[in-house]
Amino acid sequence: MKQVFGKPKSLTENPFTYCPGCSHGIGHRLVAETLDELGIVENCVAVSTIGCSVRCWRNFDVDVVQGAHGRGMAVATGLKRALPDEVIFTYQGDGDLAAIGMAETMHAAARGEAITVVFINNSLFGATGGQLAPTTLAGQWTSTYPNGRDVDWTGEPIRMAEILASLPSTSYIAREALTSPKRILQAKKAVRKAFDVQINHNGFGLVELLAACPINLKLKPVDAVKWVEDKMIPYYPLGEIKNTKGVG
Amino acid sequence: MEKTMMKGNEAIGEAALRAGCRYYFGYPITPQNELLEHMANNLPKHDGVFLQSESELAGASMLYGVAATGKRVMTSSSSPGISLMQETISYLASAELPALIVNITRGGPGLGRITPAQSDYFQAVKGGGHGDYNLIVFAPASVQEMMDLTMLAFELGDKYRTPTMILGDGIIGQMMESVTLAEPVEIKQKKPWTVGRRKDRDYRNLVISAPFTNEEMVELNVRLQEKYREIEANEQRVECYRMDDAEFAIVAFGIVSRLSLAAVDSMRNKGYRVGLIRPITLWPFPEKAFASYPQVKGYLTVEMNEGQMVEDVRLAVNGAVPVHFYGRGGGFTPAPKQIEEKVAGIMEGGDLA
Repeated sequence: MKQVFGKPKSLTENPFTYCPGCSHGIGHRLVAETLDELGIVENCVAVSTIGCSVRCWRNFDVDVVQGAHGRGMAVATGLKRALPDEVIFTYQGDGDLAAIGMAETMHAAARGEAITVVFINNSLFGATGGQLAPTTLAGQWTSTYPNGRDVDWTGEPIRMAEILASLPSTSYIAREALTSPKRILQAKKAVRKAFDVQINHNGFGLVELLAACPINLKLKPVDAVKWVEDKMIPYYPLGEIKNTKGVG
Repeated sequence: MEKTMMKGNEAIGEAALRAGCRYYFGYPITPQNELLEHMANNLPKHDGVFLQSESELAGASMLYGVAATGKRVMTSSSSPGISLMQETISYLASAELPALIVNITRGGPGLGRITPAQSDYFQAVKGGGHGDYNLIVFAPASVQEMMDLTMLAFELGDKYRTPTMILGDGIIGQMMESVTLAEPVEIKQKKPWTVGRRKDRDYRNLVISAPFTNEEMVELNVRLQEKYREIEANEQRVECYRMDDAEFAIVAFGIVSRLSLAAVDSMRNKGYRVGLIRPITLWPFPEKAFASYPQVKGYLTVEMNEGQMVEDVRLAVNGAVPVHFYGRGGGFTPAPKQIEEKVAGIMEGGDLA
């Protein structure tokens, strides 16, 4: 019988440890499929940092360095400068990349480091129990602002992809959502381009993936996906924001 | 052997290049900028990487990334910047990565002033960041030692897979002295644990500070402590000066040991039987040396802080004889005459149980 679908080779046999309905499984799969397609599993170092995805080293079958919260792109900078012929990627959430790691994120992008960033934006701190993130939507419930995000008190959510696209040295920036088969296929293309720009153009590539966290949104998995569609996408528009090298 | 004149900060940089270090990340802060600039000017000539980071937080994490590849790497800063690096230093210890961190200490607390101080002793020798760990900490007392101990720091860091620190001060960092240049070393050590070039091996490597299970986390702590006990057994370094017949001894490190040595010589000329114990490694603290001189009736620890190493001296002596303290933080440098007066006061005051 012909096998038409299976586990990407770049994923280990370890089961995912994520909650039911969490988008990380899809995010991991898209990255692993890309590593398979590019044939770089032996030529690649991943960086994990903090939160639910800190243990992605159990799942990505590549060499992995786990750095401190927020410092993923600084660790990746050191790795890439020491191993210029290897493909280096970070896998980071929004609390990590946009709160505690804002400085490291901005400056790695400003330097145009030849790295790939897979940015999972689920609008909150997941592992710690649903606290406010810089990406939390106006009015959204969080455990630290149980009456919803009051933007007069905490400001409006940050659109990281647009900010990073404004930096002259970034090469590829896109935002997609892990909410439907069609959008996931679109996201897969963006992940691939974010790797291609590093490999073929020595450029900085980032793909932001809007993700569902049902447990902290206190929604059923299907409703959490619908919430991402109905609430997040209007504030975080999807599509390619920047592609200066014309990867495609 | 080639000799030259150079500043202490430059000697560290020159030694790092000779030790095969080709990666430096740093952020400007006085009084260590000569080292940052030495690396900026010289690493490109050696096909090395110099990168000025956006902060000490980021610089330390860049260093962590290179350390994971097994290549020799260093950073340097001064007290407030070293505080920021503590986050990553703890991760380096946990992930068992060798890397050199240089602290050219300034007077604190807070932003403090750029005046020389030894107020970061506790931070350096007691771990510094969160969790149970130690760094191997060296305290150079001359520009020559800035060079020699930097070479040794890289060697021992690789040997034990552990971060190392040079704890200097603004005086040794900025003064010029004659230096015999260290011979460049060829790094032959195999490092099967490093990331990158996976095609050369049939397993993958993980550099992590967060084991998956509680049992693994406990195992990591057991392994680290076994390593630290081995370092304590093998790597204590100390200079004992005029100690064989001493009835009283000064304990001092770094620049204060130079000032104390002058006090010892002066007092010996006046008939006082005084010696000097100078820790060269602050961690492991050279406690074995104290057991070698049971005839000593008392100690005076002299430091440019409010009394930090004195606690380790008291632990080493374990109540056998009195241990006195003389010092001040915030940028005070004791003159040899002041040290001499303090020692004479104790010896003549009959305060030697």
